[in-house]
Amino acid sequence: MKRTDRMAESGPASNIKGIDYTGKKISMWIFLYTELLFFGCMFLLYAIFRSQYAAEFHISAKEEDIVLGTINTFVLLTSSCFIAISIAAIRQGKKRVSMWLQFATILCAVIFLTIKYFEWNAKIVKGIYPNSDILLGMGNGEILFFGLYYVMTGIHGLHVLIGIIVIALMVYYTHKDVITAVEFAKLENTGLYWHFVDIVWIYLFPLFYLVT
Amino acid sequence: MNKENEDTSFYTDSGRYRGILAWLMSTDHKRIGLMYLGALLSFFSVGVLLGVLIRLSLIAPGTIFNAQQYNQLFTIHGVMMIFLFIIPGIPVAFGNFLLPIMIGANDVAFPRLNRFTWWLYLTGALIILLALLLKGGPPDTGWTFYAPYSIETKTNVTLAVFGVFILGFSSIFTGLNFVTTIHRMRTRGMSWFRMPLFIWTLYATGWVQVLATPVLAITLVFIILGRFFGIGFFDPSRGGDPLLYEHLFWMYSHPAVYIMVLPAMGIISEVIPVFARKKIFGYHAVALSALAIAIVGYLVWGHHMFTSGMSDTARVIFSFITFLVAVPSGVKIFNWVSTLYKGSIELSSPLLFALSFIFLFSVGGLTGLIIGSLAPNLHLHGTYFIVAHFHYVMFGGAGFSFLAGLHYWFPKMFGRMYNEKRAKIGWFFLFTGFNVLYFSMFILGYQGMPRRYFEPPPQYHGWELISTIGSWLLATGLITIFNNLIRGLFSGEKAPANPWGGRTLEWTIQSPPPAENFKESPVITGNPFGHEKDRQNG
Repeated sequence: MKRTDRMAESGPASNIKGIDYTGKKISMWIFLYTELLFFGCMFLLYAIFRSQYAAEFHISAKEEDIVLGTINTFVLLTSSCFIAISIAAIRQGKKRVSMWLQFATILCAVIFLTIKYFEWNAKIVKGIYPNSDILLGMGNGEILFFGLYYVMTGIHGLHVLIGIIVIALMVYYTHKDVITAVEFAKLENTGLYWHFVDIVWIYLFPLFYLVT
Repeated sequence: MNKENEDTSFYTDSGRYRGILAWLMSTDHKRIGLMYLGALLSFFSVGVLLGVLIRLSLIAPGTIFNAQQYNQLFTIHGVMMIFLFIIPGIPVAFGNFLLPIMIGANDVAFPRLNRFTWWLYLTGALIILLALLLKGGPPDTGWTFYAPYSIETKTNVTLAVFGVFILGFSSIFTGLNFVTTIHRMRTRGMSWFRMPLFIWTLYATGWVQVLATPVLAITLVFIILGRFFGIGFFDPSRGGDPLLYEHLFWMYSHPAVYIMVLPAMGIISEVIPVFARKKIFGYHAVALSALAIAIVGYLVWGHHMFTSGMSDTARVIFSFITFLVAVPSGVKIFNWVSTLYKGSIELSSPLLFALSFIFLFSVGGLTGLIIGSLAPNLHLHGTYFIVAHFHYVMFGGAGFSFLAGLHYWFPKMFGRMYNEKRAKIGWFFLFTGFNVLYFSMFILGYQGMPRRYFEPPPQYHGWELISTIGSWLLATGLITIFNNLIRGLFSGEKAPANPWGGRTLEWTIQSPPPAENFKESPVITGNPFGHEKDRQNG
């Protein structure tokens, strides 16, 4: 962002036409801080409970399907890559390429959720879900591990779902030329959000799948 | 104000919609601010009514309410006052109305997001009202929703908690919007240290809203998940720990105290220089102490839990940081008093409320040091002393400041004046009633009366009675004040653009302001002061 009027004694002087590009980016970063704290609390609980029940967490994690988890990590990383390129494309004025890449991002997100569905389903069929008799019959460490698993991947999944809706909206905006080579802050902020969702998964993956 | 001004005010420029939609659908920060103000004051009135009923029940336990109803009464009183009135409070009402004007902008950075926060606020409030009305009955947990009781009780905790969750998002987006606005929308020449002090406190508050509220949001989600799905993070029988709830809750709720008090301090910093006709003493110290309070305020949550079970090391550290946070607050108090020194003081009603703020907030702050130290805390924790302390800080602090701001900006917001004499009579009853009501609680608490008890033991009856009489005086004061303001609204004299001799930007435009605030962006060339006294002194 170029700011030529940056003098010690002057404000940004942008009050005529509403908020500028920098303002939009600032607000998105602030929003991501709040998301970070939101997930941060869950990671905090994870840390506390894991330190109390390290052995149980170790055993419970064997229930997780590491193959599906790994595939999902790749799917999500790829989707992050797609949306990053879609921003680069729109900045070069390649509208159709950008739209296809955004669409590919959505596709990856849907694949991610589908795999997630099968993972959850496999556990639920085994009777491992919150408040189930089988889970309550296990130790406290197991109850907490699977409680955290469902809550954290569930809220993460909710973020993926919101991401799908938002990116679909971006496809529409790009189609309607609201997002263009010069006015792309919306798409870029969506990209930031999507990378954040991706990063959260990158931490969830080892905490639930690789701690065996 | 002449006829022409009235025709061009934001009241007449309703945009695309008509009738009530012209308000509900409006993205004008002034209209949103006024709607918030109306909603806040409505909930405040209900909260006061509930408070008076609590006091009434305490002098004759069992005659009006049974014990369960009493529990629900103080819970709703707390939830309404905290989540629907004082936390959104000053930023959403006065901040929305004045922030863009005071920095010379046309609106906030994201007007539609601003409108969205208002809708979220309405939704949250409606959900909380549903929790009161639906089968199951109002929550009886106390406003803190402490686990594990909040997970077990059969009352409508889920709904109430979900309402508070929604209100949290309203608060987050308001904070985000204000921080961005202050960063990017200041007019030409308005550098950081030329901003009015109210803006500085809104800035600090915005950060606290953004960085503390998510912690509450996720904690409340855990309560809901605990109730619906048996997720036992706070349930010892499932390996969880109720103490974790207290930590997470106060990690938000202590900074939330600064969400309430920081903008209140901002209003005081606006009012005092204007009515002392003098530049504020130590502008930089007042501005930066707001940030200092916001930062240090994050690290003191443990002092709510000194008796809950924590290591001595943790308690000593929390106690020490609690003492630290008093320092920037003290800086502000000294600066306000020094501003008054040798000022040309005009004792109008806004200043009366502001001076009461300094007195009451000091009492609240100093008693905060008593309960912030470990040994007295063991004696006073969970007693009326705590209740008195936080009412002195929240009502005596944020509440009185809200009233100071309301009397100060009333002419600007509504273009009308209120009756000064009636305002002072109202203030007198409010101030007297307040001290009778809550100072008695300090004494009761010191004598050992526990809070939230339905039936006070007989030896406390005398002070309980005095306290209840205080609540009637206080209610009389509030009725007088709002009666006066409502009369002013409908039949007050037309207000001039600058009735008090204020030097900040909102006083340079007509009352009420035009829809676009400024016809041309103002250019700032100096600090936001320049009162008569300053000019005399050169």
